[in-house]
Amino acid sequence: MARLNPSTAINRENPFKRNWLSTSLWILLGLYLVYSFNAMGLSWQRISDGLGFAGKLLDKMFPPNFSRWELLLNGLGESLEIAIISSIAGIIISLFLGLFAARNMMPGWVSTPTRTFIAICRTFHPVIIAILFVKSVGFGALAGILTLIVASIGFIAKLFAEAIEEISLKQVEAIRATGASFVSVILFSVMPQVFSRFIGFSTYQLDSNLRNSTMVGIVGAGGLGGTLFSAFQRFDYDFVAAILITIIALIMFGELLSNIIRGVFR
Amino acid sequence: MSSTQAFLEIKGLKKEYVAGKPILKGIDVTIKEQGIIAIIGPSGTGKSTLLRCINRLIDPTDGEIVFEEKDICKAQNQQLRKLRRHLGMVFQEYNLVERLTVIENVLTGRLGYMSAWQAWRRKYSQEDINTAFELLEAVGLSEQAKQRADSLSGGQRQRVGIARAVMQDPRIILADEPTSSLDPKTAVEIMELLERFSLEKNIPALVNIHDVTLARRFAKRIIGMSEGQVVYDGSPENITDDHLKKIYGGESWLD
Repeated sequence: MARLNPSTAINRENPFKRNWLSTSLWILLGLYLVYSFNAMGLSWQRISDGLGFAGKLLDKMFPPNFSRWELLLNGLGESLEIAIISSIAGIIISLFLGLFAARNMMPGWVSTPTRTFIAICRTFHPVIIAILFVKSVGFGALAGILTLIVASIGFIAKLFAEAIEEISLKQVEAIRATGASFVSVILFSVMPQVFSRFIGFSTYQLDSNLRNSTMVGIVGAGGLGGTLFSAFQRFDYDFVAAILITIIALIMFGELLSNIIRGVFR
Repeated sequence: MSSTQAFLEIKGLKKEYVAGKPILKGIDVTIKEQGIIAIIGPSGTGKSTLLRCINRLIDPTDGEIVFEEKDICKAQNQQLRKLRRHLGMVFQEYNLVERLTVIENVLTGRLGYMSAWQAWRRKYSQEDINTAFELLEAVGLSEQAKQRADSLSGGQRQRVGIARAVMQDPRIILADEPTSSLDPKTAVEIMELLERFSLEKNIPALVNIHDVTLARRFAKRIIGMSEGQVVYDGSPENITDDHLKKIYGGESWLD
């Protein structure tokens, strides 16, 4: 093709040149994947062996054995209590922490430490927190409740703070101009703007706590997880199946509960 | 309050957002009369800053604002809130709490008189509730009392905004461009409402306004501001084209 302007006959850089850096990074990733497969001893042989074991396990699980329903019901009740107590306590604490962490409502010397605290709550997986609490307050439901409160704070306090940071300050200014006290300003200009989102976050957290309440028992922090773990260890796979079905029912129930709460506050 | 005492005395008010770049360069204004007092001037000249300094939504850098025998600039916390509740503010973009109902928005005007605990349980006195409904009637919105504020039109919202300000039992109404987001007919109606309430309550209404014609029609006194200073302060009849040139600069816009 003829040049538009022959007088400036310099070669421009090709914008679609191969980027050697990104190419080599892709190659490295591929090599690492192959290496990892080898290091883990993964092979088709291993996978087909594994599937055989899974088949035997499923065979032993059916039919589920509900004969020890009292034990099951006890564990279920405890899990439900852990979930509800920790959700409500976690939500109430998060309401305050979320407000203190909101940078548009609080000066930096309040919001920064609060944010740091929330971030620390979110750092560890609930299993690790549960182990820490079991070691410090002993086996049982208390450790589970404390674990899930910490987990709830780490998650929803942050979401609360972000919701508060997105509100319209015009409404806040108007209420402040009426001579309202700080708490009244929060109640009448911040809460109306964030309330429906708070309900959404809270029901999500309740749902998540129901799931986690069956997990904390595995490390000895109370609830259905403990029953599940000991059933595994005693190879009572039919009882394991019964517990798993119960957990599914519990989560379904949680879903239903969340929908009802959302409906009420719409 | 005796007739000779001023509602508001502003002395040497200065405000700098950035040090060394004052937006208000020493304002001296004394308000003794009731009715509408218009503050005119181009955008960015400090009209809004002036009003917001009066109720301390903005902290002034220097100067004195004497209101009810107290210096607003020095008031803190409880004392500031007690002064604020007698300063009813009307906003350009209404600033209603959109998710609350219209009647609740009007009742927020009483928050300065209640503890947060009372407010949380919505324990308004029967008298306040009666007043709120009467005010809604006065601004012509009784029908909409139970609707959410975000369902109203601009003009309706501003009426609620005015009702909220009057609900505070103000000694002064501050209105920051209350009409500039509205059509000309609604704007006149809003000015009429402000005039009516200020005369009924025997209080002044300080109104920031762009529209010189509207200011001339309603104001008893016009304060012209330019570049952070008061350049005209007097009756609307005496304001001349020369004054307007001085306030707004240039003359091509005058015909």
